Amino acid sequence: MLTTSSLTIGYHHPLASELNLELRPAELVCLIGPNGVGKSTLLRTLAGMEKPLAGTVWLAGQNLHHLPPRELAKRLAIVLTGRVESPLLTARELVSLGRHPYTDWLGRLTPRDEEAIQRAMQLTDTLRFSARPLAQLSDGERQKVMIARALAQEPGVLLLDEPTAFLDLPRRVELLQLLRHLARETHTAVLLSTHDLDLALRLADRLWLLSSAGTMEVGLPEELALGGAVARVFQSEGAYFDHAIGAFRVHQPVSGPVSLSGGQYGVTAAWTWRALERVGYQVHNGSSRHAVHIEILAESRWRLLTPSGQSEHASLQSLLHQLSCASHENLL
Amino acid sequence: MSRQIFPFLVLLLVLAFGLSLAFGSVSIPFTQVVHILLGGTPEKAAWADILFKFRLPKALTAVLVGAALSTSGLQMQTLFRNPLADPYILGVSSGASLGVALVILGMGGGGTALTFISGLGTFGNFTLALAASLGAALVLGAVLLLARRVQNTLTLLVTGLMFGYLASAVVSLLIYFSQPERVQVFSLWTAGSFSGVTWPQMNVFLPAALLGLLIALTMVKPLNALLLGDDYARSLGLNVRRARVWIIVSASLLAGVSTAFCGPIWFIGVAVPHVARSLLKTADHRSLLPASLLMGAAFALLADLIAQLPGSQRVLPLNVVMSLFGVPVILSIILRQKQLRQL
Repeated sequence: MLTTSSLTIGYHHPLASELNLELRPAELVCLIGPNGVGKSTLLRTLAGMEKPLAGTVWLAGQNLHHLPPRELAKRLAIVLTGRVESPLLTARELVSLGRHPYTDWLGRLTPRDEEAIQRAMQLTDTLRFSARPLAQLSDGERQKVMIARALAQEPGVLLLDEPTAFLDLPRRVELLQLLRHLARETHTAVLLSTHDLDLALRLADRLWLLSSAGTMEVGLPEELALGGAVARVFQSEGAYFDHAIGAFRVHQPVSGPVSLSGGQYGVTAAWTWRALERVGYQVHNGSSRHAVHIEILAESRWRLLTPSGQSEHASLQSLLHQLSCASHENLL
Repeated sequence: MSRQIFPFLVLLLVLAFGLSLAFGSVSIPFTQVVHILLGGTPEKAAWADILFKFRLPKALTAVLVGAALSTSGLQMQTLFRNPLADPYILGVSSGASLGVALVILGMGGGGTALTFISGLGTFGNFTLALAASLGAALVLGAVLLLARRVQNTLTLLVTGLMFGYLASAVVSLLIYFSQPERVQVFSLWTAGSFSGVTWPQMNVFLPAALLGLLIALTMVKPLNALLLGDDYARSLGLNVRRARVWIIVSASLLAGVSTAFCGPIWFIGVAVPHVARSLLKTADHRSLLPASLLMGAAFALLADLIAQLPGSQRVLPLNVVMSLFGVPVILSIILRQKQLRQL
């Protein structure tokens, strides 16, 4: 559908080069990478809004940057990061602007256009508020309307720049699921950039991983995580990617090792683990006991064993408090 | 409320047009006005002259200027995505003022203002109109040259402002070195008036204004796309640069030709589009543009009617009436909304 050959992107100096990429129909691809590596520039270049520094973008066999704008708009649509500030426009009016490349000089809608608008709003579940002006839509609703507008263009390729940026977690999951559903349902190739590594790993069919060195790694999310590519690209001082659990850990351990046993209390164990990590311990499974050991006795009952003695706790707070006292003693 | 408002607006315009013909320093009965317009012989011979030579061209001018400036203002507000934009924002009226100032203030050494004006002869007004058109066209040309190069619309806005300041500075300089009588003539021009347009001038004014309005009509769809911003408009297949050039051509033609024949008329261009948005509650230019056009025409007629102080021999400066009577009316309409309707 959309491919690139030896593409170099950037404004004056290259941000990434030798990109040979491919988007396939009905596929959801997430473009991830640290801030400032050129995710937006890549999307804008693929959308024909920026010229490549070198190489070519092909859309169904034709050079995308040579297509007439109107022709391109019928095949490719983009949802950008900036908010559209037109509070008087109703949701439906906004979606109908997506028919721009198809309508006559006055922008009159034919029954065929109305049909496409209706379908786009149905797919995105935006019909409920089609008569509401933009000013009265929440960020999540607004984003769905923007996607409906893009769908009304009936594109083969849909690009989205940070579509989840303003949304809370449930809304992000909902939006990504919606996009995945759209890709399948309308046979559209969907590419979105996101900071949401966790969601991207769970929902994308493939990942495009852009590093600050300007290189791109492409593959299944799991493969990229397993091979350590995700960890390499995202390594930084404040956080590191733990590919055992497929998520970021915020702090590097600063205190000594602690062992934790009592895995049969699943949820308690998981949150105890997180609490210990947050305050800086390096947590190990209880199979190998360390000098400092914590045993989960019940849903909310912990036993702390240190070289200087043992104590029992009914809350995480008291456990952590005792732990910090104990480690201070050790230091002294 | 969106579509139903149009019959009402047309009615308002027809009513204002009728009033404008019937009232003036000489009062002509309304039945006589209709009678004369339909080709009948008037009770008093002078009435036909007053009607055909003065009131009809004046009313027609008011309609054209009102329509032109409202349409132009709407286009500028959408193009620059700025609710304070008006038809003169690109410096077109400053260019026109410069042209007129050069003719009135800059030409010839001696002589009083009176001999100067009579020296211009029957085509005096026409010379001013020509000078104003040239000035406006000069600024427009410079702005267009830029519009084809500049990627960012905001840059264009700032450059337009700068052109405006530059022209104003030259005008101030001319005023500084001029005789008081001539300055008075110039300030009379800046007060604005619909009564200066004669039938021969109408042969230029009418087609130019209609051409501007016609181009504006074809820009309705691009204007709607531009509501989403330049980037989205481009992604919808719009050639933004070309659309921008045509919008500027249309808006500046409308503003330039109005200024050339009637002086700079403030207020209509910025206020009427807001009233249209408030009343129609839509951002769709397919409704907004015709509505602004009709409202602007009616508003200009009514403002001129008040300026004539019916029954008296005195005439108030048009721009004074615009603001004195227009501001309260428009504030009351806009403030009744919970918030100022944005673009």
